[in-house]
Amino acid sequence: MTYAATVVTQETRRITAEDVVMRVAIVALVAFLMLAIALPLATLLSKSFQDSTGRFVGLANYVRYFATPSLVASLWNSFWVAIVATVIVVPLAFLYAYGLTRTRMRAKGFFLALALLPLFAPSLLSAISFIYIFGNQGFLKTWLFGASVYGPIGIILAQVFYCFPHAMMILITALALADGRLYEAAEAMGTPRWRVFLTVTLPGVRYGLISAMFVVFTLVVTDFGIAKVIGGQFNVLATDAYKQVIGQQNFEMGAVVGFVLLVPAVVAFALDRQIQRRQVALLSARAVPLEPRVNPLKDTAFLFYCVVLGGLVAAVLGVAVWGSFITYWPYNLTLSLKNYNFAEFESNGFGPYFASLHMAAIAAIFGTAIIFSGAYLIEKGQGFASGRALAQLLAMLPMAVPGLVLGLGYVFFINAKWNPLGFLYGTIVLLAINCIAHFYTTAHITATTALKQIDNEFEAVSASLKVPFYRTFARVTVPICMPAIFDIAIYMFVNALTTVSAVIFLYGASNKLASISIVHMDEAGATAAAAAMATLIVLTALTAKLLHLLLDRLVFGKLQAWRRR
Amino acid sequence: MDQVVDRTARNGPASPLNGSAMVPHVRVEGVTKRFGAFAALDNVSLAVEQGKLVCFLGPSGCGKTTLLRVIAGLETQDSGRIEIGGRDVTPLPPSQRDFGIVFQSYALFPNLTVAQNVGYGLVNRRKPRKEIRARVAELLTLVGLPEQTSKYPVQLSGGQQQRVALARALASSPSLLLLDEPLSALDARVRVRLRDEIKALQRRLGITTIMVTHDQEEALAMADRIVVMNRGQVEQVGSPADIYARPATAFVADFVGAMNMFDAEVAGPGRVRIGALDLACGGLNGKPPGQRVKLGLRPEEVRVRGVEAGSANAVPVVVELLDFLGAFCRATLRPAAARDLVLRSDFSANAMRDLGIKEGQTLTVGLPPEALRVFDVETAGGA
Repeated sequence: MTYAATVVTQETRRITAEDVVMRVAIVALVAFLMLAIALPLATLLSKSFQDSTGRFVGLANYVRYFATPSLVASLWNSFWVAIVATVIVVPLAFLYAYGLTRTRMRAKGFFLALALLPLFAPSLLSAISFIYIFGNQGFLKTWLFGASVYGPIGIILAQVFYCFPHAMMILITALALADGRLYEAAEAMGTPRWRVFLTVTLPGVRYGLISAMFVVFTLVVTDFGIAKVIGGQFNVLATDAYKQVIGQQNFEMGAVVGFVLLVPAVVAFALDRQIQRRQVALLSARAVPLEPRVNPLKDTAFLFYCVVLGGLVAAVLGVAVWGSFITYWPYNLTLSLKNYNFAEFESNGFGPYFASLHMAAIAAIFGTAIIFSGAYLIEKGQGFASGRALAQLLAMLPMAVPGLVLGLGYVFFINAKWNPLGFLYGTIVLLAINCIAHFYTTAHITATTALKQIDNEFEAVSASLKVPFYRTFARVTVPICMPAIFDIAIYMFVNALTTVSAVIFLYGASNKLASISIVHMDEAGATAAAAAMATLIVLTALTAKLLHLLLDRLVFGKLQAWRRR
Repeated sequence: MDQVVDRTARNGPASPLNGSAMVPHVRVEGVTKRFGAFAALDNVSLAVEQGKLVCFLGPSGCGKTTLLRVIAGLETQDSGRIEIGGRDVTPLPPSQRDFGIVFQSYALFPNLTVAQNVGYGLVNRRKPRKEIRARVAELLTLVGLPEQTSKYPVQLSGGQQQRVALARALASSPSLLLLDEPLSALDARVRVRLRDEIKALQRRLGITTIMVTHDQEEALAMADRIVVMNRGQVEQVGSPADIYARPATAFVADFVGAMNMFDAEVAGPGRVRIGALDLACGGLNGKPPGQRVKLGLRPEEVRVRGVEAGSANAVPVVVELLDFLGAFCRATLRPAAARDLVLRSDFSANAMRDLGIKEGQTLTVGLPPEALRVFDVETAGGA
């Protein structure tokens, strides 16, 4: 008898109760991601190929789009405004990030916090500020020499403020990843400073610079709030989509505009992923971190620069806050809380604010649970590899989808006649799901990064000890990742609170959100009340962040004693 | 059914451990595992005797860790079957096989104390708290860490962490202990001490143990039997002394210990030729003249005392280089008659002193015919 006779073909692994739990969880994750991300986008896409009766018309809508001069004009407007804003904001952010990473200037932590302030405000807050500054009744109106702030100038100014922290964070990461030995080698060879900058520093951060440009460009093209508030008669893609859907009820054309919006975002995203992959390879594991040396002249110069820039950021934010307390700009400058009496401007009074809190809390709690568990299943799960790969793909998708496009997709998807989930339309739950989906990718990457740092053998050890995976997940994985989990929760909360574009199409009469109420009050001419609501959001977001930091320091310090040697 | 085959047939030529009257605790039969086009395991069969410590030894990528993970059920093989304790566990997930495992990275849960780590699997079996505490204390005493119960892993040294991992793996009294490069992350000194302790512990408990290592010294020092693996296949199975003294293939000879390797040709009955050298050689087993072979000679087998011009395989050489390695010197020698050949040999400190060996010197060394090992030229699967 030959040996070959004893070779057994692969026997399928017996399925245990634990495997069933794992598979059901993966299927649930994929189903959620399909419903929350893939299907709305697919519906949007198919809508753009239909006429108003739902008949397939091929590219007819697109032909009509490009034959309409006003629509093509806003496409062009979006592009050039985004390019100008990018060209302004990236160098400004680069110098600021350089000061924070490559000099020994004082109070770096303070200036970092200052520059991050815009992240805690809805994008349109900066637009409101610039109306107070340069608007029809602005106190520095004359500085524009007769030009109107309502239009490209205002949009660009407000976008620079809004995009500044996004670009700066990318550049800080890039500048922090420097190999100190390259600088020592250059110095040992007697290389002049400017040449070191051109041959070592710039090549080292070139991917970060490109990445920052893509991010800013995409943010500007896809942002809705700023153009809505300060754009005046100047049309851009984002406001077109809004007008087509809300104003003219032309859903098909809205879908086409949404798809046109999607294209630059997807292209920028794809290029950026490509570039980031190279950035990782740039720094070898044995690199020595660069320690900037004391250089009084350079340190003072950058401190001065950061004082000016950081001061401007704070001032723009401050103008809106200040404006919200002024009784009646510009005629009665006494300070009062009159503008916070929202019942005068808004039928629901404080309702939108509480709706926002409610929605942000749902998004933070459930979003964090779904995203972290999902990342765990994708990263550490066993079996059902195709399901996990699909989930990973879907989890990375929202990064490339502007909030407005996702929101449009939701409108079409949830209102489709065949959709049994139609009852969700206008509910706070749908708003929260939309936010979770919109901000999924960044949170997912945070969770995955934390999970990747955990020993891969934990699951193997648990299995050998006959402990089911979900027990180890609860007893070991979640406690270890607690800091990342809280980061995700606060990220979700702040973004759900401040977003406009993701939810503008989805709110119902009973649950209008604060950010949308800002748009409406501004539309109705109640700029001060809009500023007041925006101020309230900023305060809430900042409070949440401060609580998070405090919790991190006090509570976690004690609970996580095992991290200390 | 395929599994029900004649036992004697299966224990025939396919089983490398046939012949001895042993009780196999782990049996691996015809296991193949591919990752894409790469065969990590190529039809591997072997048996591990009850109560013994077996080392899987080989270079990285030879399949030894994959084999361990297949036995554990952490990796699913493409074909072949695994038996543990006489039970076919091929379709079973890891949690239904009976083993404890220790990884190179320790894999201790950082947020749990030492006692919680060791008791992790016990808690799940709903044992009384008191019983668990007693068992944990017993295990920690066993691995020499009785006082560390309430510390966290980060507060322990690497060696201590690995002891805790060992205690955790032994907690539920498994019948099989799997060690995946358990000492590789440790300092040299700690490694030697822990290696002796693991061996003593294994003897005391009599637990069947499989250890994966790439360190031949570790394998030689610890194992009852060594399984040398290369390119997804088993090259040789044997006791450490066996493997060292009688390597079955050129690969084993080269991987375990140091070995001079020469391309040679059979010159006649009991004679081989290496380039210009004509040598007497045992172990040719009647290979015909003209056949190409590989010839191996361990550095410590090169004789330097009592060699005269007339004695067997006396070769005049020039000492080209001497590397001082403490207790001995590794010399690079070039035969005077064949300067293109390099012969490495180990000279004890004694011999160095007595004979006054220096670089550049000429001396006559002996290559004992019985120490010359003959291998087939293409020995991928064994002689």
